Amino acid sequence: MFLKGSPTERNKSDVKDLFVKVLLSEYFIVFFCLLIFVSLMPVTPHIASRANINNIMSNLWPLFIIAIGQTVVLIVAGIDLSQTSIIAITSVVGAAIMTSKADPTLFEKSPLWGWFLTESGGPLAGEPAAIYAAIFVMILIGVGIGCFNGFFIHKFKMPPFMVTLVSQMLFSALAIYLTKSENIIGLPKNFKAIGSGSIMKIIPYSMIFAIVVAVLAAILLNKTVLGKWLYLVGSNPKASAVIGVPTGKVIIFAYAFSGFCAAMGSVLLSARLIAGRPTLGQTMLMDVVGAAVIGGTSLFGGKGKVSWTLFGALFFVILANALNMMKLPFYVVDMAKGIVIIIAVAFDVLRIEIKRRTNVM
Amino acid sequence: MGENILALRNISKAFYGIKALSDVSIRVEKGEVLGIIGENGAGKSTLMNIVGGVLQPDSGDMLLYDQPYKPKNTMDANASKIAFIHQELNLCNNLTVAENIFLIDFPKINKIPYINKREMNRLAHEAIKAVGLQCPPDTLIEKLSQGERQLVEIAKAFSMDAQVIIFDEPTTSLTARETERLFKIIGDLKQKGRSIIYISHILSDIQKLTDRIVVLRDGNVTAEGTTSSFNIDSMIFNMIGRDMKHIYPERKNVVSDEKKVELVNITKKGIVSNINLHAHEGEVVGIFGLMGSGRTELMHIFFGLDSFESGEIKIKGKLKSKNTAVQSIKQGVAFVTENRREEGLMLEMTVLENLSFVAMPNLASRFLRFIDKSRIADKAAAISQRLRIKSGAIEKSAAKSLSGGNQQKVVIGKWLMTSPEIFIVDEPTRGIDVGAKFEVYSVINNLACDGAAVLVVSSEIEELMGICDRIYVMSRGEITGCVGQDEFDRETILRYAFGQCAFNKNASHESEVQQ
Repeated sequence: MFLKGSPTERNKSDVKDLFVKVLLSEYFIVFFCLLIFVSLMPVTPHIASRANINNIMSNLWPLFIIAIGQTVVLIVAGIDLSQTSIIAITSVVGAAIMTSKADPTLFEKSPLWGWFLTESGGPLAGEPAAIYAAIFVMILIGVGIGCFNGFFIHKFKMPPFMVTLVSQMLFSALAIYLTKSENIIGLPKNFKAIGSGSIMKIIPYSMIFAIVVAVLAAILLNKTVLGKWLYLVGSNPKASAVIGVPTGKVIIFAYAFSGFCAAMGSVLLSARLIAGRPTLGQTMLMDVVGAAVIGGTSLFGGKGKVSWTLFGALFFVILANALNMMKLPFYVVDMAKGIVIIIAVAFDVLRIEIKRRTNVM
Repeated sequence: MGENILALRNISKAFYGIKALSDVSIRVEKGEVLGIIGENGAGKSTLMNIVGGVLQPDSGDMLLYDQPYKPKNTMDANASKIAFIHQELNLCNNLTVAENIFLIDFPKINKIPYINKREMNRLAHEAIKAVGLQCPPDTLIEKLSQGERQLVEIAKAFSMDAQVIIFDEPTTSLTARETERLFKIIGDLKQKGRSIIYISHILSDIQKLTDRIVVLRDGNVTAEGTTSSFNIDSMIFNMIGRDMKHIYPERKNVVSDEKKVELVNITKKGIVSNINLHAHEGEVVGIFGLMGSGRTELMHIFFGLDSFESGEIKIKGKLKSKNTAVQSIKQGVAFVTENRREEGLMLEMTVLENLSFVAMPNLASRFLRFIDKSRIADKAAAISQRLRIKSGAIEKSAAKSLSGGNQQKVVIGKWLMTSPEIFIVDEPTRGIDVGAKFEVYSVINNLACDGAAVLVVSSEIEELMGICDRIYVMSRGEITGCVGQDEFDRETILRYAFGQCAFNKNASHESEVQQ
């Protein structure tokens, strides 16, 4: 260890250089995750166990998928608060389509009862194609709500914050109304596999889902004209309009894509729960937006990357997991979470400042 | 020789090892107007920022009334009665005139932190009366025109009894009428013994207004003397370090009979009415009008950034069916916006990226429109060479790091990537220096030579007379005159611009500029 003994000037500056290098790295948050992880190993050795790492990973994938959608919206200088309600409503509708049993005492008062949901389950109960149909409908709803958001934001120039806040309230209330606040259970076995199964017990299906969405999003953002347009609209909508970017369509696309990602996340979350839950995802919003922003995506638009969001999501699941491991009361967990996040953000501000100073010419 | 009020001695300043000023010595006499001219990047702004306390010099010193003057910030400068009126005005638009004037030092009641509103408005009223601004002191800034806002800045300088007032490009966003008023006020200030430092690219204004001129080039003073000892040519010579026989390039374009663009009876209530204009293949058509005449709005409508109520737009003889920017670009129209920084460039992005945006969809693959990076890079490199864009590696340097002239070339360059046939160029030389202006004019000229129709909007008559074949003049949303090259005359054009209509003998003779 070169820190020990009496460090020479040279040693000191080496350490400083390394520190600055890590701080300035695009992947600073990865180092920060590692730091948390390693520093907790002596306190809670269980954190590095295989079972726990699997647990961290299974929490990571749904969050990652949803946060990718949020990232795309943040890139166009918007925000999507309705993702949580998309998760809830798609979870409920998807489950209602494929469930094979519904308890009349629970669902009798549901508006779906009788014509959609009966004692023998949903319209496609028992059909082999039910899962595919359900996932398809879930995605359709997600994209639909996204288009709804995008339409109002573009057409009436409403602030994204308000529009998506309204659809968050509207659709999560609708999800509760549809089920009268009950979980829909009795989902097909194969659906459960999506949440917890894996190929040869190594590669979980949820990871494959996440990687497919991530690769799609990365190609979209980096390789296509549409992707470039997203960044353009986010960093300067006026200039984009002048050079012939169909800004309205681009904005609607961003929200639709966000809805798609939320629906995909909902598939994973519902499958893991093996149920359609009208309050699913309700507490996730902070983690989703936080993952994107801590990863480096700007709240002011024009800046963001899928890989950044992966690490941001990783940061949130590791942090939550580590705090859970310590068996702290929930309020302490929340306080600790807040403190760590503000430290991470402070570092982020610091490194932007250093970058600005070194790159100014 | 008058009494020196401010003297700068051997001021040097470097930014990150690059010299911005070396050994600059200038003096300002009491009651004189000193003009400072130079190309962009010559060091004018750095020098004034040092005087105004925004920057500190690396070496050299300043004397104010023969006392050492070392401002650490703008407050110090203000306390020493030096006021700096920036090109981009520093006013809080949501506050009133009076509040802005006293923003730094509100009149208080008995020194407790409670603003004495009545006293503030009374003092403000005196200050704005002195500069000839006619509005109550509790008017919100956002309700004022650019020219009026500038008067508020001057009133602010007035209220703190500034002895030295620095104007940095004050006329760029003023109407002709407002400019005249500004010059009159500067004259008054001079009469009252105030010293003025006046920075501008508009050399004819410098000639008219100043007593003495200092020319800067690359951080050095290249010439200094009384204004009468300079003429425009010698000013330019000292600014760019070489002789420039012509401010405008030689014209070689041939105007054909084919109409590339035709606007028929375009009307939008309150904005423009009954606009008829056309441009031929190979023609440079100027559109002159004072601020608020509707010229920029008309171009926005033509390009599809704004809607219109009635009329027709024909491009190459074909009726434009959908009036959107996307459609215009498809039909070969390019729009070089007047607002380079806000509408023309993605400042944070690289030159290469900025050049690529318009052509990107055309150069992309059919399937899913994947971007073809190498094709774009090749084309952008060619354009950058053709326009002689001065920057670092185009794939690395951010657009914001370029000088104004080079930024403008990037804005034009991105359109050249798709070889359009109709160009709308709005205020192409705003805020760029003489050398860069010549190059921009050459680009416009070459476009016309290649058969494009170019519509140039400008508020500088000389510029339009120098590069256009024909000039339309607008006033209050209407075209009041059309002047061919052989009839170009400053006065005629101005008369139309002030609302005297060439087509309608009964038109009002009143020449008030509307806002």
